[in-house]
Amino acid sequence: MTAETIIQSLASGLLMGLLYGLIAAGLALIFGLMDVVNFAHGEFLMIAMYATFFLFAFFAIDPLLAAPLVAAALFVFGAVVYLLVVRFAMRAKANAGMVQIFSTFGLAIVMRGLAQFFFTPDYRSVTNSWVGGKTISIAGIYLPEPQLIGAMLSIAAFVALYFFINRTDFGRALEATREDAGAVALVGIDKNRVFALGWGLGAALVGLAGAIMAIFFYIYPDVGASFALIAYVTVALGGFGSVFGAFAGGIIVGLVEASTALILPPSLKSVGIYAVYLLVVFIRPRGLFGSM
Amino acid sequence: MDTQFAQRRRRDLIMAACLAVVAALVPLFVKDVYVQNIMVLTLMYAALSQSWNILSGYCGQISLGHALYFGLGAYTTALLFTKFGVLPWFGMLAGGAISAVIAMALGYPCFRLRGHYFVIATIVIAEIALVLIQNWDWAGAALGIDIPVRGDSWLKFQFTRSKLPYFYFALALACIAWFVTWWLEDSKWGYWWRAVKDNPDAAESLGVVVFNSKMGAAAVSAFLVAVGGSFYAQFVSYIDPESVMGFQFSLLMALPAVLGGIGTLWGPVLGAVILIPLTELTRSFIGGSGRGVDLIVYGALIVVISLALPRGLVSVFSMLTGRKEAAR
Repeated sequence: MTAETIIQSLASGLLMGLLYGLIAAGLALIFGLMDVVNFAHGEFLMIAMYATFFLFAFFAIDPLLAAPLVAAALFVFGAVVYLLVVRFAMRAKANAGMVQIFSTFGLAIVMRGLAQFFFTPDYRSVTNSWVGGKTISIAGIYLPEPQLIGAMLSIAAFVALYFFINRTDFGRALEATREDAGAVALVGIDKNRVFALGWGLGAALVGLAGAIMAIFFYIYPDVGASFALIAYVTVALGGFGSVFGAFAGGIIVGLVEASTALILPPSLKSVGIYAVYLLVVFIRPRGLFGSM
Repeated sequence: MDTQFAQRRRRDLIMAACLAVVAALVPLFVKDVYVQNIMVLTLMYAALSQSWNILSGYCGQISLGHALYFGLGAYTTALLFTKFGVLPWFGMLAGGAISAVIAMALGYPCFRLRGHYFVIATIVIAEIALVLIQNWDWAGAALGIDIPVRGDSWLKFQFTRSKLPYFYFALALACIAWFVTWWLEDSKWGYWWRAVKDNPDAAESLGVVVFNSKMGAAAVSAFLVAVGGSFYAQFVSYIDPESVMGFQFSLLMALPAVLGGIGTLWGPVLGAVILIPLTELTRSFIGGSGRGVDLIVYGALIVVISLALPRGLVSVFSMLTGRKEAAR
């Protein structure tokens, strides 16, 4: 193992990690807003990937151009899921935590079934997109272009999210609802509207990630499951509810995954991520940046 | 108050005994192998879900990683039998004991975690175990273990000609899991668990040893689930990591209790009796041709029931009997 291979794999780990952060951002946002873990998050990613695929296959729209469209579509989808399912789960008078887990889980199973029904279980991929399969060489390190663009998009999205939460009225309403939903109602903010928009925004973020993922990853009905657990670990590592914790969590996950792959056989690469998660929460039960 | 509770408990016990006798007689009339197969699975899931319910329902520590103990039971039995010729009956006990010990060893750090951090830790631990077994060549790696069939015998717990012995064993297992739950409900532990579930801080301040009571629940729950896993290995006579330790299994184990009524005595039984036949039937009738229709039906059912009946299907029954008693 030379220094070059180490730098090379850490660089690609970093890129992948930034993308993991983008995948997890919506999950963290929704959790921070209303203490709900969306167990269908992986399936949100899956439909975003399919949407990108079909825009490419039928209308020849490149995934990079499709990304904003997919994000907008997912925004609507997220808001609808809140209004049709999650709103009612929040009202449960008994076993509230369990109801939230299993209603979103049931939704995930329905979405997987629908994907199998309409799109068949076949593996699909976007071929011949603008950046697909291309690499760029910076100072002797080869970086895959799709992941590089995904990483830059992730940084841009987190910067935008920062300004959005801190500088806009909706962002302030989001933050205020998060802190005290009851008091917010007193000043005339409709809690349900804020929650619906929060779900929309969370879904739009994962939509953005899905459009990029579609460039270099196979698309199939169960694809979400492989990334969902990574997203949960990413969010929990950063500390539930901390959107910027998810950013840091993503980078850590990407780097740990890449370094595990250097030391252990590739089939064991996920073990490193999981072990780091356990290590972190055993030492800090609320994640790295979560409030106690 | 107390006498009403004692009455209810006696009624539960009598009802369970009657149901067990009726269930034991069913195979005399139902000879169809396909239906018998569904009945075995239903009883197995009732037992598994009842055991899961002890930790997650009564004690409130939601585990979505119980496939770990199921897999440990299945693998211990299968490995002891194929590598060392140890009879499955001993394998079953060994698997249960190993699982109980591992549950406590894992509980030691995990029970400090709360809420989603705990749930994710259980998923992650089961996933690590799955990946390790998939890479463990001696244990068959990803291909799994074929359990050689050496003819019908109770000693080796293998039956090729008839499913009935499996049926009766699964029935016994479901009864044991039910009885253990019934018995624990009125024990010191049962009260501790409910206190821990409702408010761990208040329970601690009142002298409940929160940590120990979680450990106890984890050990009992893991032991019973592992025995279920041992049974499953003998029943299907072929196991591989994904099919006995995959995340899917952790979910399948939890669902009957969740749908039937979590933290209740009858919830897991009711949930399994409805859910398992429904799953098997949708899979065989519309699953093959409909490509995923079974998943849609199944998922929609989970969403609707968990939203409409957060206390589970048993709440419908208690509403009915409650009205009857009020009318009297």
